[in-house]
Amino acid sequence: MPEYLSEIAPAYPEIFLLIATCAVLLLDLFVKDYQRYITYIVAQASLLFTAWLVYTATDNATVVTTFNDMFVADPMGRVLKISIILITMAVFAYSRPYLKDRGMYKGELFTLGLFAVLGMMVMVSAKTMLLIYLGLELLSLSLYAMVAFRRDNKQASEAAMKYFVLGAIASGMLLYGMSIIYGLSGSLNLSHIATYLSSQEAVMSNLGLLLGLSFILVGLGFKLGVVPFHMWIPDVYHGAPTAITMFLGAAPKIAVFAMVFRLLAEGLGDMVIGWQQILVLLAALSLFVGNVIAIAQTNLKRMLAYSTISHMGFVVMGILAATEAGYAASMFYIITYAIISMGGFAVIIFLSNKESEADELADLKGLSTRHPWVAFMMLLFLFSMAGMPPTVGFYAKLSVIQAVVGADVIWLAVFAVIMSVIGAYYYLRAIKIMYFDEADKDIAPAKAGFEFGALLSVNGLAVLGLGILPSFLMSICVASVNAIL
Amino acid sequence: MTFEQFIFYIFATVTIVSAIGVVTMRNPVYAALFLILAFFTSAATWILLEAEFLGVVLVLVYVGAVMVLFLFVIMMLDINIDPLREGFIRYLPVGILVAVIVAAEIIIVLSSDTFNMAIPDPMPLSYSNTKALGEILYTEYVYPFELAAVILVVAIIAAISLTMRKRNDKTKRQNISEQVRVKSKDRLRIINMKSEEKQ
Repeated sequence: MPEYLSEIAPAYPEIFLLIATCAVLLLDLFVKDYQRYITYIVAQASLLFTAWLVYTATDNATVVTTFNDMFVADPMGRVLKISIILITMAVFAYSRPYLKDRGMYKGELFTLGLFAVLGMMVMVSAKTMLLIYLGLELLSLSLYAMVAFRRDNKQASEAAMKYFVLGAIASGMLLYGMSIIYGLSGSLNLSHIATYLSSQEAVMSNLGLLLGLSFILVGLGFKLGVVPFHMWIPDVYHGAPTAITMFLGAAPKIAVFAMVFRLLAEGLGDMVIGWQQILVLLAALSLFVGNVIAIAQTNLKRMLAYSTISHMGFVVMGILAATEAGYAASMFYIITYAIISMGGFAVIIFLSNKESEADELADLKGLSTRHPWVAFMMLLFLFSMAGMPPTVGFYAKLSVIQAVVGADVIWLAVFAVIMSVIGAYYYLRAIKIMYFDEADKDIAPAKAGFEFGALLSVNGLAVLGLGILPSFLMSICVASVNAIL
Repeated sequence: MTFEQFIFYIFATVTIVSAIGVVTMRNPVYAALFLILAFFTSAATWILLEAEFLGVVLVLVYVGAVMVLFLFVIMMLDINIDPLREGFIRYLPVGILVAVIVAAEIIIVLSSDTFNMAIPDPMPLSYSNTKALGEILYTEYVYPFELAAVILVVAIIAAISLTMRKRNDKTKRQNISEQVRVKSKDRLRIINMKSEEKQ
């Protein structure tokens, strides 16, 4: 093997995924409508092989950089990339019946999904601000198109438009902040920026750096969807086709966490006092607004959207602790949240049929008599979102709160617990509707293939299993954070 | 004030005024023309920064290709702008308030000591910005460069998948090969029939 090839070896997964995506795009041209499963299988196979490449490209202790110090392959990136890929594979599998029913089962959707995964992987292993931005744009552009994919649907087009405009503003803010930091430090590379900051005497009284930092935080806030930058979340989650909402709410959140970690912890780590204060405010507001407004929702997708906002508040809490335990707790939280939220949307997809979307809370009525097993799975997901043991949501919340207490922001920890109790109300209300309310009308039982049912069961049991034995994933998160910092 | 600074302030002012024009014009064609002006003056600013290649490319690509297409689209679509502008006056005070606060903050920061930097020396005459870009674009920056290309591919796929509609088969169209291969017997049918008797 020539030497230059072994030099780019850490980036093999990305390179393979790009080639495979282009191959899927071309292959789809030669596939007839009834043979669409070929596109689907090839897309899934390329994702699986990419995951295997990520797994073998590096081990769980070394940090390798390539492409002129722009690309980094480290343990954390490895864990996040594999979770992103596996979650995307599950989302593709879940959404198949939904897409078929609505005439969206087309090759382009899978191609866009694969490009989005590529964008997320680029974000995860970016070591310069340039690549963070390019990965983010690749991801966002694919997501805008996926939300707009059902173009004859008025709601979906409106959601796509809102998402596009607000996303563009957020990217602009992020870019402006990055340009100021670049202008002052003279480098786009995150480790050079960190060196520059540690060489400065009074970082926190440097107005230029603070201006750059605040613009970056506004951009990150939009992408995370924390209050007061959350306005797009309910509308986009509600308007987008459920299968796309499921994709939107799971894997990209993990990539955004990686972006926040790289920028704030690795690049601007010396300005921790500055971003900590802002993040405390963002976290507290998100917990309050997300949990309180979710109570008033009657639409299940909107309710889950507000619940996302409150969960992002928890993720931000872990980051603002700015300790290794805090980052690891956030990482654990975001990965498990992606699994849980995927399951919640899967149940909505399960209940929807060709004629109607079952996205109202009332559609859950009598679910326990119609489909006891699905109702039990939904119970696990809702318990986990509410943070009740023995599901994984409890342990995730516990470790974040421990990290915040460890960082001496005790009032925020107390506030988070109170808000979780308020939030538990609307999760329990949904469970009550499922188990104790009778269905108003006769509803034909939902049909789902074996694949869907098996996946839902695995998903639900994973939520339970990770809750009983959290140390497996937690130790991976802790080890990968420790390997970087 | 040096001559260069004088030129810079002229171009910067025109850029800002035309950018305001883009968002306030009632007629979308004027807005597009203002955008072209903004591109031109930004290109001039880049040339002042000795980035000649980027300045030229901005004019060639954006003004020459993108904006011309954009004008075509605007003229063909005949957008009724009035419904889009509903609420403009209602939100104007809040908008102005936010804009003034942000602008004031940025002015305070920019006039602080942080940005009081030494003016860099101009590059020697033999310096070529184009060559410098060419040298790093495919070497140091090959990874971001390829990714930018991927983003453009996604844009194409997204645009096509959102706009392409399959034609139904009722449309009339010519099939030229069939027309050429046609034989006289396909068109003309000779029927043998008796002549009718005279009445």
